[in-house]
Amino acid sequence: MNASCFSDQVTMDEWQAEKLAIIDCNEAQVVNAIEKSRANERLSLADFKALISPAASPYLEHMAQESQRLTQQRFGMTMQLFVPLYLSNMCSNICTYCGFSMENKIRRTTLDTAQIEQEALAIKAKGFDHILLVSGESERKVGIDYFEQAIKVLRQHFNHIAMEVQPLSTAEYQRLNALGVESILVYQETYHREKYAKYHLKGKKSDFDYRLQTPDRIGESGINKIGLGCLLGLEDWRTDAFYVAKQLNYLEQRYWSMKFSLSFPRLRPCEGGGEVNSPMSERELVQLICAYRLFNHQVELSLSTRESSVFRDNMLSLGVTSMSAGSKTQPGGYANDDKALEQFSIDDNRSVEQVAKMITSKGYQVVWKDWQQGLVSQ
Amino acid sequence: MNKQDLLNIGDKTFQSRLFTGTGKFATSELMTQSLAASGSELVTMALKRIDIAGKDDDILKPLLAAGMNLLPNTSGAKNAQDAIFAARLTREALGTNWVKLEIHPDPKYLMPDPIETLHAAQVLVKEGFVVLPYMHADPVLAKRLEEVGCAAVMPLGSPIGSNKGLASREFLQIIIEQARVPVVVDAGIGAPSDAALAMELGADAVLINTAMAVSNNPVAMANAFALAVTAGRQAYLAGLAPKAQHAIATSPLTGFLN
Repeated sequence: MNASCFSDQVTMDEWQAEKLAIIDCNEAQVVNAIEKSRANERLSLADFKALISPAASPYLEHMAQESQRLTQQRFGMTMQLFVPLYLSNMCSNICTYCGFSMENKIRRTTLDTAQIEQEALAIKAKGFDHILLVSGESERKVGIDYFEQAIKVLRQHFNHIAMEVQPLSTAEYQRLNALGVESILVYQETYHREKYAKYHLKGKKSDFDYRLQTPDRIGESGINKIGLGCLLGLEDWRTDAFYVAKQLNYLEQRYWSMKFSLSFPRLRPCEGGGEVNSPMSERELVQLICAYRLFNHQVELSLSTRESSVFRDNMLSLGVTSMSAGSKTQPGGYANDDKALEQFSIDDNRSVEQVAKMITSKGYQVVWKDWQQGLVSQ
Repeated sequence: MNKQDLLNIGDKTFQSRLFTGTGKFATSELMTQSLAASGSELVTMALKRIDIAGKDDDILKPLLAAGMNLLPNTSGAKNAQDAIFAARLTREALGTNWVKLEIHPDPKYLMPDPIETLHAAQVLVKEGFVVLPYMHADPVLAKRLEEVGCAAVMPLGSPIGSNKGLASREFLQIIIEQARVPVVVDAGIGAPSDAALAMELGADAVLINTAMAVSNNPVAMANAFALAVTAGRQAYLAGLAPKAQHAIATSPLTGFLN
């Protein structure tokens, strides 16, 4: 990794300075950012800070209107649906907030090829063409060789395969790219270097810099899309959200032909518990989603079933471009729903059909397929 | 007005000079109604967005039912190799050798890659495709694409989906002046007035998607675009719009010769 890489820029001094800068933003800066957006000008990171600041709160309706306008212009009246497929809940990390954490006494399982095929068929029957493969971080049992086997099965059924698994090496990402994986999601959880160590006590995930440099390794591998995010609530959400935007800017400049998506998981109850240091209200989550859209017109914004059905229904037209639906967060959950294995409990428990119907009733078209296997050459 | 003012591209003849797209509509019904209101006879759709295996696709099925001419596009392709793959796949699946060549590796402004586009066009023309390349408003590139056998050229007015109108006007005029294949202004046309202007400048057709699909009333907007394209074309044929860029001076300097 060369000297100018992003992780070198994430220092505790800078974290503190940025945190204060965000709190200090005033209404004039907020109004200026919204006016720039209305004039179709691109917003700066300074504008983004103003939009996520407390000073922007009274302007939420204005931000929402802008976010809706920009999203509809870029993405149209459409909503993409995808579903997570949990391959394994094995994990060698101890993370204080996660249900898969190694010390949690839950039943561990890893799907074999036949089980993956069963899951694929169950998911395909619901209409999905976009899947997100998820696993705990168990390098030895659920490593690149296992993923390759899984993808060979799954690409027979799905055009779009995204993955949210442990950080891999550039060479391993190249192998995934060759198999047609379109997108890799890797969330830093928090950009607070000191606190990161306290949440990630053991395992490979405890290496802050290795994780933070993962998007660079993905970018160098030629994979088409990177998903970024942080676990909102672990640390000051505004500062973490700012670092996501900053990293997005950095990556867009360095890997100019890559696509990006953002997620905004809020910390939720799970096996093992865990503290929520910086609770984020729904109103603040709306503010953040709109701020991301005003800041970046083309980034895909994804909302999971962690959020409530009422919230998701209302966010549909305010900036979000893709949603999961009918999700199960345990391995094998679609073919055989066993709650004892799940990573976290979801809030929107509606079926895929119900979510699709809701989307249509709001005047949006459900997009099941927006990719073609093999379209981007390896 | 010549009632036989038809547009020929490749093996097809069109009465309507308004080409359309299928993206961003709220429902496939609205898409179908809007396309009908536009009078368009050629419609583009992204290979990545359609289910080529099942004829039940929400975009493809109504288009086939309406008997539309299909112009599959290679959106999502980042280089020539990807685009060639996509074109071959659609020819096999949809039975058309028409392709709108779109190679935009930059996901931000979706700017077309001139080098990869020229390379892919060369290969696809040789393979018997009717190639309509999406391109920047670059007059030299337009000639190069024409030379390798493209059936038309599709220069942008402004970035895709931006609705910013004919930001590239000066260069579009040069392309139109020099072209020996039809010029279809694609991308960025935000209002019927932009479409009318493109036609007045002498474009052979325009392609509209976002401005229609994202309008509050896509059907009415589709009709408005149809009227604008017709008006612009009539104005061009009537000779109201300037065609050559070199002015003929009526300078008093040579008045003494008279």
